[in-house]
Amino acid sequence: MIRINGLSHHIGPAPILHDINLTLPRGKLVALIGPNGAGKSTLLRLIARLEPLQRGRVEIDGLDLASTPTERLALAMAVMGQQTQIASRLRVAELVGFGRWPHHQGRPRPADREAVENALEAFGLGPLRHRFLDEISGGQAQRAHLAMTFAQGTDWLLLDEPLNNLDMAHSRALMARLAELVRGSGRSVVTVVHEVNYAAAWADHIVAMKGGRIVAEGPADTVLTEQVLSDLYDTPIEVSRHDSRPLVLHHHWHDQLGAPYPKASDADRFPLH
Amino acid sequence: MKARVAVAGLLLLLLTLASLGVGAASIDLRAADGWTLLVLMESRLPRTLAVLLTGAALAVAGVVIQSLVRNRFVGPDTAGTGESAALGLLAVTLLAPAAPIWVKMIAASLAAMAGTALFMAIVRRLPVREVMLVPIAGLILSGIIGSVVTWIAWQHDLLQFVATWLMSGEFSGVIAGRYELLWVAGLAALLAWSAADRFAILSLGDQVATGLGLSSRGVMRLGMVVVSVVSALVVTTVGMIPFVGLVVPNIVARIMGDNLRASIPVVAAGGAGLLLACDLIGRILRHPYEIPVGTILGIVGSLIFLWLLYRPAAHG
Ligand SMILES: Nc1ncnc2c1ncn2[C@@H]1O[C@H](COP(=O)(O)OP(=O)(O)OP(=O)(O)O)[C@@H](O)[C@H]1O
Ligand SMILES: [Mg+2]
Repeated sequence: MIRINGLSHHIGPAPILHDINLTLPRGKLVALIGPNGAGKSTLLRLIARLEPLQRGRVEIDGLDLASTPTERLALAMAVMGQQTQIASRLRVAELVGFGRWPHHQGRPRPADREAVENALEAFGLGPLRHRFLDEISGGQAQRAHLAMTFAQGTDWLLLDEPLNNLDMAHSRALMARLAELVRGSGRSVVTVVHEVNYAAAWADHIVAMKGGRIVAEGPADTVLTEQVLSDLYDTPIEVSRHDSRPLVLHHHWHDQLGAPYPKASDADRFPLH
Repeated sequence: MKARVAVAGLLLLLLTLASLGVGAASIDLRAADGWTLLVLMESRLPRTLAVLLTGAALAVAGVVIQSLVRNRFVGPDTAGTGESAALGLLAVTLLAPAAPIWVKMIAASLAAMAGTALFMAIVRRLPVREVMLVPIAGLILSGIIGSVVTWIAWQHDLLQFVATWLMSGEFSGVIAGRYELLWVAGLAALLAWSAADRFAILSLGDQVATGLGLSSRGVMRLGMVVVSVVSALVVTTVGMIPFVGLVVPNIVARIMGDNLRASIPVVAAGGAGLLLACDLIGRILRHPYEIPVGTILGIVGSLIFLWLLYRPAAHG
């Protein structure tokens, strides 16, 4: 499990995260939700040691983040950042191959090649394997990057908005892959999701963040309620049910065109129905 | 692909044979008498090897510096590295004129490393999106350090001495016993190849590199050592050789991408071939006189570079 204790973070003088205490369970698909600027990416980047810890402690399966060598951590967790641009001119299969680098450091074994093949397969990248990254579409590049993260084969997978650029079919397929990893191979996934219905449909555990704090956590049924979501996003939200899980609906208020942009304090001026 | 490799290899071999046969003294390779052998072993072979080593090492150093700064428009000759090496060499020459050659080389390499570090520190402060600022910063830095070298040399009446490093390089002075340090540059290029995956991962960006457990500090340091040693040895043995480290990595990346483990040998062969071809042109054009290869490359290299600029790869 990932244990986070007393984690605070500043960028310049601005406080970004406030004393976060959080335990992320092993063997679960955890969704991190919250409005823009809530601090989701910052939290994920800190856990993934992409950003130096300023205050507090993070432990991954007993490994202390601050004192464990980065190459050891690369065997424990794989991370995909939000909107990471890869400028190298690599072929899809070569990029995915680098996902195995932490295991072989330059001398791939048959097991490594197999992991790469499986990852390519899992994201439907077979036909694109010899194409250069700068010669495929945005969603295809996103899948290639995801496949690299998968190929790394770690117990933990940390993903920041992996559904970016993906169409509906590939979004569903990705969530299904993540669920398979969790339920089939006992791996653990933490993913930031904006589309709450993907969290509703697939997540075992949901963590809601706002203003650099955790405001709610638990299974979908307790977090994805009208009350919590309306407060979280400062906009009225309706929750229905579908497939015995919450289904989140929001209205588009065409009659309110020209009204001021919603802010926290303005939100209650909008009627709920 | 295999056919292309074979053709390229054959071309390099032909260039090498031509280089062994062409020079101011006319020899008959078939004669194999004492005179021919002497010219061959003392002059032609050393020169050919020097050109091949220099071209290969510079092109590989180009790949390395391009992945360190993540910008395709720089080369080891536009990062202030060569001028810094000259500054270091000038400093030892003034302070310890009797120092053995290897001390001078180490001083030149250390100075080159400091210059490269300065360049990287400047690049880190530039806005990421302005890709063209990186080569401009490199040219300005090279210009400043070059002026410092010239000024100090002028003060000490050493202008002629430094001119051989700062002016366009040439191989006409290469004979046995005066080029062997270039093997060290070749070794540095080999070292870069052995760490090719690390440089390739570094080019993927800090986030991805950290995610894969690569500590970029170590790779950066290794890369700076390679670039500095190559530049220092080339500048001090044959002078500034422009464009090879810039255009060859670009052409190879267009064709086969940035999987450096596969591409570095091709880059090395390409650099060796380009430099040897230019050196041969310089030897043939006004035979028996020579045009410095640096001058030929100034023309050929800038034409290739312009072509690269105007024919960007898909999506740049
Ligand atoms: N480099 C930076 N400099 C200054 N402030 C920053 C920087 N990066 C992020 N922030 C601020 O930190 C806060 C948290 O940002 P973060 O990226 O973690 O949000 P997020 O929850 O991931 O948002 P999003 O859903 O938009 O991705 C925001 O208020 C943001 O403005
Ligand atoms: Mg974010």
